[in-house]
Amino acid sequence: MPTVELTSHLLHLFPALREGPLVVEGRTVAEVVAALERRAPGFAFYVCDEAGRMRQHVLAYVGDRRVTDRGTLSDPVGPESRVLIVQALSGG
Amino acid sequence: MSDRILVGTRKGTFAVRRGPSGWKPSLLGHGGQGVNYAARDPFTGTLWALLGHGHWGAKLSRSKDDGATWADAPQVKYPAGARHYVPPPPSETGAGEGAPTLKPATLLKLWVMDFPRKGRVLVGTIPGGLFVSDDGGEHWELNRGLWDHESRGGPLWDGPGNGTTKWFGTPAAEGDFAPGIHSVVTHPKDPDHWIVAISTAGVFETRDAGRTWRSRNQGLVMDYAPNPTDEWAGHDPHLVVRCPNQPQCLWQQNHCGVFFSDDGAATWRKVSAPDAGAHFGFPVAVDRDDGRTAWLVPGKSDMHRTTIDGGLMVARTTDGGTTWTQLRKGLPQEHAYDVVYRHALHGDGDRLAFGSTTGNLYVSEDRGDSWRTVANNLPPVYSVRFG
Repeated sequence: MPTVELTSHLLHLFPALREGPLVVEGRTVAEVVAALERRAPGFAFYVCDEAGRMRQHVLAYVGDRRVTDRGTLSDPVGPESRVLIVQALSGG
Repeated sequence: MSDRILVGTRKGTFAVRRGPSGWKPSLLGHGGQGVNYAARDPFTGTLWALLGHGHWGAKLSRSKDDGATWADAPQVKYPAGARHYVPPPPSETGAGEGAPTLKPATLLKLWVMDFPRKGRVLVGTIPGGLFVSDDGGEHWELNRGLWDHESRGGPLWDGPGNGTTKWFGTPAAEGDFAPGIHSVVTHPKDPDHWIVAISTAGVFETRDAGRTWRSRNQGLVMDYAPNPTDEWAGHDPHLVVRCPNQPQCLWQQNHCGVFFSDDGAATWRKVSAPDAGAHFGFPVAVDRDDGRTAWLVPGKSDMHRTTIDGGLMVARTTDGGTTWTQLRKGLPQEHAYDVVYRHALHGDGDRLAFGSTTGNLYVSEDRGDSWRTVANNLPPVYSVRFG
């Protein structure tokens, strides 16, 4: 199952996700976010808007590849993948 | 009168408490987070904070133990299928502006809230949705009466409606440009009777808990439009408040001056006095008992948006805006460039408080005659509410 790493900012907001390593089920980024939402209710609305789109100032990577489908998060995630979710450094 | 002031700032929620040695601020929660508005539900005692997380979006936070602990509340979300017309961007080709485009609505900002009766909570948002909860904030519903209003294009859930919008935007939309509901005021004797004000569209009223709405823009003047008094000239109220004990009296600090209504917002009368400094600004407060008494913290025109000539001043009227008095005692009069946002002035009996974007907080206990500086180095202040 893929392993998830989150920015410390999100870990601060969601203590339920601090216990590592964070291993969840999911074959796409959307499924990984849904799994994190089950573990920490409210999490998905921090990373995505109510239409399911990744928020403008959030970045996600599968391995070292930046997620490209920010609208539906359909990027595939392999069983050994590492998924990284961080805030974008949008200047300042 | 309350001995506590809740202050929403760019970097947290603060409580300012009145003690033996005066008013003292302390961080109450949300350290590091943007707090657009913080207030206490007078019916339940729940504290609410409307957060703007930046990266993570707008979130509702509440405390049921008077600020000892805070937790996310069930969140306000635009329902699937909610769409709105977005004004066209300026043309880059010289071919003129295009038609407004339909866009799915997502929450950009939580801006203001009100508590009409026990269990009912109203939240004004950007992009222009009013959300209603009748179970104390456990569930939220987008008010369809206002969202589907004819002035906004009519119902847009399954089609193009009437094809256009008379609502415009506000730059307060977190990097976007969309309409914002910044004022929600309930009639003190009727929890189904609400007035909202929108930048930029004007004032709306419902008397049936949001089922039907009508505009309340008569008498407003939009100086920058070719048709300044038109119902849909693009009126830009900055804040509307209502007198609790004389609810027929409402005040409006508008982009284009100060307006007063003594007929329940049916008509507005411009009562600006530019020579007295009472014209441009964001906040307005009305007395609890006397609807003809109000306070402003004026700024110097929309081009400057600072104090007038570097001196901070509160303007007070006691005669419905016929005359204004400048109140300066205790306020800095040199090198002061405080800007006071729309929710950052509040009154409670003889007490008034306001905070500025330069992190200063001022309190008066004599109806504005004199002021004391309570804090100088807070984060930029977004809201000030007694409670």
